[in-house]
Amino acid sequence: MSPKQCYEIVPPNVNLETLTGKLLVIEGADGSGRSTQIGLLTDWLEHDGYAVVNVGLKRSTLISNELNSAQQSKAISPITLRLFYATDFMDQLENVIIPALRAGFIVLADRYIYTLMARAIVRGAGPAWVESLYSLAIIPDAVFYLMVRPRILIERNFQNKSTLDYWESGMDIGYSQDMFKSFFTYQRQIQSQFLKMKDKYGFQLINGNRSVRAVFKDLNERIAELLKNWVSNG
Amino acid sequence: MSEAGEIIMDILKPADLKYPGALIAVEGLDGSGKSTQMHLIKRWLELEGYKVFFTEWNSSLAVKPATRKGKKRNLLTPTTFCLIHCTDLADRYERQIEPLLRAGYIVLSDRYIYTALARDAVRNCDRGWVRRIYSFAVHPTITFFFKLPLEVALNRILSSRPKLKYHEAGMDLHLSEDLYESFRIFQGKINEEYLRLIDEYNMVVIDATQAVEKQQEQLRKIINERIDLSRYKWRSFR
Repeated sequence: MSPKQCYEIVPPNVNLETLTGKLLVIEGADGSGRSTQIGLLTDWLEHDGYAVVNVGLKRSTLISNELNSAQQSKAISPITLRLFYATDFMDQLENVIIPALRAGFIVLADRYIYTLMARAIVRGAGPAWVESLYSLAIIPDAVFYLMVRPRILIERNFQNKSTLDYWESGMDIGYSQDMFKSFFTYQRQIQSQFLKMKDKYGFQLINGNRSVRAVFKDLNERIAELLKNWVSNG
Repeated sequence: MSEAGEIIMDILKPADLKYPGALIAVEGLDGSGKSTQMHLIKRWLELEGYKVFFTEWNSSLAVKPATRKGKKRNLLTPTTFCLIHCTDLADRYERQIEPLLRAGYIVLSDRYIYTALARDAVRNCDRGWVRRIYSFAVHPTITFFFKLPLEVALNRILSSRPKLKYHEAGMDLHLSEDLYESFRIFQGKINEEYLRLIDEYNMVVIDATQAVEKQQEQLRKIINERIDLSRYKWRSFR
């Protein structure tokens, strides 16, 4: 068996046999502490001699600029937005993640297809269509979902940016003109989608309401265990 | 096909048109004359006072700059090539094609999803996957396929020794080191894919070796037969 699998379909010109690296995904809302934890994990892994690559959404060379300007103008429709994100994701999968895995790196993904699927489904997309859109994705070695109460997310968002983000508040959906209210409704919907996906995609649920240090200790222990198993399995 | 594949089958086909508008698409190889014919259809309908909107492949203002960059800098893989063109159609579809069909327009589309189904299959994308991601788009009321023997199509394009672009010639498929030879093989493969799609999607085949005005006469006749044009007249002239 290849060291990696895709969910359903292997993209053309991709050879899974050669992908010896590891793909670790951290999922969670804005303000869940994802980026902080990824920074700490990167330091720890590099300190211990592992080569690490960070990836995240909307960072593709191909289409991230166009995606940003389309979002800012708000003259973008839902299916188009989903396809923009899928293009952005696949560009990074094929041009960053796969080459890094081939070179034996640990890829730390700041969000992955699950956020994109949850956002699309909350906005009314058919789950079957969304799943098939991402059926070319590589199955990660582990997915950690940082679950944080919306009340704490709000505090952290204000602390970081002094404002709530239009899209992360689901303002485009029209739950409420009140951004504060809309944020709560939207984040609850997203969380419930994540919980629905949890078993199917094998997420490890991480209590993100705790201190940075406590969450890191948790992740650190889980990942150290995985690394130990990978080493012993050759 | 796997069990999962069976379940997905029911979302493979684009939905049927349930709007008051009418959608007419043209498909065919480069050099088949489809754009010329579509232009004449557009002129005819406009001059007769019908509500018409024209759209063409790969023309979304939001997406095209990325596609151009991707092609120029050779960033595209078969998968992202497929997805970026799908994004382009989705943008035009959601903002123009669908609302205009709802508003009761005749929408004319120079190339439609079948172009993607043919080209992406040649680039070895999974055929079922491509159909699924395009399944948001409705079937046209009529799709004309301009059928031409491969050699004739190739000669029309190649006789003037044009400057072919990398992707246009299918160079990304590494079929041949030679640009023109690559174009020949690539177009041949696209033609084979198109021929498989004709029956599956009930396309109307037009013999594109005929004179321009002869073809146009056939198109107008078929459109008249299949679409009640009187429904699409402007109610008040501006």
